[in-house]
Amino acid sequence: MSALLRIEDVSVHFPVRKGVLQRQVAEVRAVDSVTLSLEKGEAFGLVGESGCGKTTLARTVLRLVDPTSGAIWFDGQNISGLRGKALAPYRRRVAAIFQDPFSSLNPRMTSGQTLREVLKVNGYPGDIPARVAELLTICGLAPRFAELYPHEMSGGQRQRVGIARALALDPELIVCDEAVSALDVSIQAQIINLLEELRVKFGLTYLFIGHDLSVVRHLCDRIAVMYLGRIMETGTSAELFDTPRHPYTRALIDAVPAPDPVGEEAREHVALKGEIPSPLDPPSGCVFHTRCPIAMDRCRAEVPGLTRLGGHHAAACFALETTAGTPAKKE
Amino acid sequence: MPLLEIDDLSVCVSQDGTDTALVRSVSYVVEPGETLALVGESGSGKSVSSLAVMGLLAKALKVTSGSIRFDGQDLLALSAEEMRKIRGRDISMVFQEPMTSLNPVRSIGSQIMESIEENLGLSRADARARAISLLKEVGVADAERRLKQYPHHFSGGMRQRVMIAIALAADPKLIIADEPTTALDVTIQAQILDLMARICRDHGTAMILITHNLGIVARYADRVNVMYSGRIVETGTAREIYRAPRHPYTEGLLQSVPRLDQDRSVPLKPIRGNPADPFTPISGCRFHPRCPYVAARCRAEVPAFENGVACHFPLDPAQKEAV
Repeated sequence: MSALLRIEDVSVHFPVRKGVLQRQVAEVRAVDSVTLSLEKGEAFGLVGESGCGKTTLARTVLRLVDPTSGAIWFDGQNISGLRGKALAPYRRRVAAIFQDPFSSLNPRMTSGQTLREVLKVNGYPGDIPARVAELLTICGLAPRFAELYPHEMSGGQRQRVGIARALALDPELIVCDEAVSALDVSIQAQIINLLEELRVKFGLTYLFIGHDLSVVRHLCDRIAVMYLGRIMETGTSAELFDTPRHPYTRALIDAVPAPDPVGEEAREHVALKGEIPSPLDPPSGCVFHTRCPIAMDRCRAEVPGLTRLGGHHAAACFALETTAGTPAKKE
Repeated sequence: MPLLEIDDLSVCVSQDGTDTALVRSVSYVVEPGETLALVGESGSGKSVSSLAVMGLLAKALKVTSGSIRFDGQDLLALSAEEMRKIRGRDISMVFQEPMTSLNPVRSIGSQIMESIEENLGLSRADARARAISLLKEVGVADAERRLKQYPHHFSGGMRQRVMIAIALAADPKLIIADEPTTALDVTIQAQILDLMARICRDHGTAMILITHNLGIVARYADRVNVMYSGRIVETGTAREIYRAPRHPYTEGLLQSVPRLDQDRSVPLKPIRGNPADPFTPISGCRFHPRCPYVAARCRAEVPAFENGVACHFPLDPAQKEAV
C-alpha cells in the first residue's frame, strides 16, 4: 500500500488583529504539528469536539486554507506550495462533501444544472447529459431529479446530489466534512451505507471529519482523535475503541450513551469536568491537562509527543511513557 | 394522579385555507417526577405537541381537538394571562439553542432575577441571592461575578446551564427540554444531561425530554413515546422498547444507528424512503410507504393505538426472541 495523502507536520495559525491599525495581538493555533497519512482506498476519520481543528485541517487539505508550516503530499507531489493554475489538476482529483447540502448547493440551479456545470467547467470529454443521469443513478436518485431544485428535495436527497457532485470528475480522495450530521437518523443510515458502497465500488479514499464517534467508527478503518489542534491518539478503529490509551479518548467514548437502557444502567460513567479551553489561549504543556483526570506536574510544563503503541496505535500522553509496551487494561 | 394528561390532542396548520394536521390525536400522561422521552425525526410532531402544552403555538397553528390537563387544570381553557402565570412557575422549557433564547443585551443576572421576581414575588436582594444559589446548583463557578456578565461571555455549555437555572427559578413541577444538548459537544452534552437528571431527582421535577438521539433516551428516560408523522406509534418503558420494539418504525430506528457497543462490521439497516411530509396525504397507516412488513390493510385503514402500539401487525417480541 502506498500513501495517497501525507500530511507532514502541518500547522495552521490564524492571526487575531485588533484596532485601527489591525495590529496582530494574538494567534489561534487551529492546527498544531499534525502528521497523518492516508493509504489509497481507506477511510480515515478525524474526530473531536468544537475547536479541535478537524475542519481547519480538512480545509487545508482542500487548499481552501494555507498551512502556516509543514507540507501536504498527494500522490508523491507536495501540493502545499502550489497556487492558481498549478493547483487545477489536484482540485480535479480531490472532492468534498459538506454537512449542509442546502447551503452548499446553489438554490437557483436544478441538480442537473449543478452537475452539468461541474462537468463543463472541467472540460469533461464525454456525453454530459448521460454522465449526469449516471451520477444521479449511482447515488440512488432517479434521473428525473435532474429537473428539481434544492428546495424541492428532502435533506437526504439533497445530500445525494452533493455526493453526485463530488463524484462527477472521478476523484481519488473525498473530504467528507460532517457529511451525515444534519440528517435524520433513518436517512443518515442510508447515506452512510451509500458512502461505504461508493468507496468500495470506485476505490475511493475518504478523509471523514465528524463529531459523532459511532458514525466515524462505523465508517472508518483508522481514526485520529484531535483536541485543541493536536492529535491525542490515533489507530485503527479497533485499537482506539477496544483499547483506548489516552484519557481524552476514554472520556469521549464514555460520553456517548449507547441505545441500550440495560447496558447504560450497568455502565459507570464519569462525565469529563470543565469546558474546552479557548484555542486563543490554550493551556501550557499538554493541552488536555486542565480536564485530565490523571494530570501530573510534567503535563503542565511539557508537550507530550506521540508514543508508538504497536500496530497503527499511538497516543500523546506522558502516562504512557512509563507503561509503554505493556498492554492497556480495558476499562 | 398524573401531573400532565394529554388526551386526543390534534394540532393543525392553516395554509391557503386548507388545514393540515401536524399532531394527530396524541394522548399521553406524565407522572410526577418521571422523565418521559419523545423520540422522532423531523416532522414527527414531537416539538409541536409540547409547544401546545406551553401555549406557545405559532399563530398559524391551532389546537383542533383534545384536552391538556395539568395538575387538575384544563390548560386549553385558560386565558392568555392565566397561561402566562403557569409558564415559568409550574412548567418551564429549555430549548436547543441557548444563544437565541437568551437576550444578548441584558446581563445573565437580570434575566435569571426577572424570572425569580416575576414568579416568586421576591425582593431584589432575595432574588439576587436565589440567582446566585441557582447558578451554583447548575455548576457555574464564580456565580457572583458571572451574574453581571452577558450571554456572549459564556460558552455554549455554560449558556445552557444558565437556561436551566432560569427554568428552575420557580421550582417548576415540569420541565420540557426540547433537544437541550443537540448543539453541544459530546463531553459537554454528558455534563448537561447528568445535571438535568440530578436536578429532576433532587427536586422531584418531571421532565419531557424531546430528542432524536436514541442513546440519550436509553441513558436518561424512564418511559418513551416514539412519534412518527404526528402520531405516537409506540409507547413503553425504555427497556421494553429497546429490547423488543413492536412497531416496525421503532425497530427501523434502532437498526439505523451505528453503535459503539456492537461490531462495526454489522451493516446498518436504514428505513427506506424519506420521513413523511405532513402536507402529502397518505392513506391508511402513515408509515406504510416505508414499512418493510406492509400489507394491503395498512394502505387502507389507519391503525388504532392499542396496547401501546399503533400498528395492524405489531411485531411479536416472543417470536423475535425465539429466532
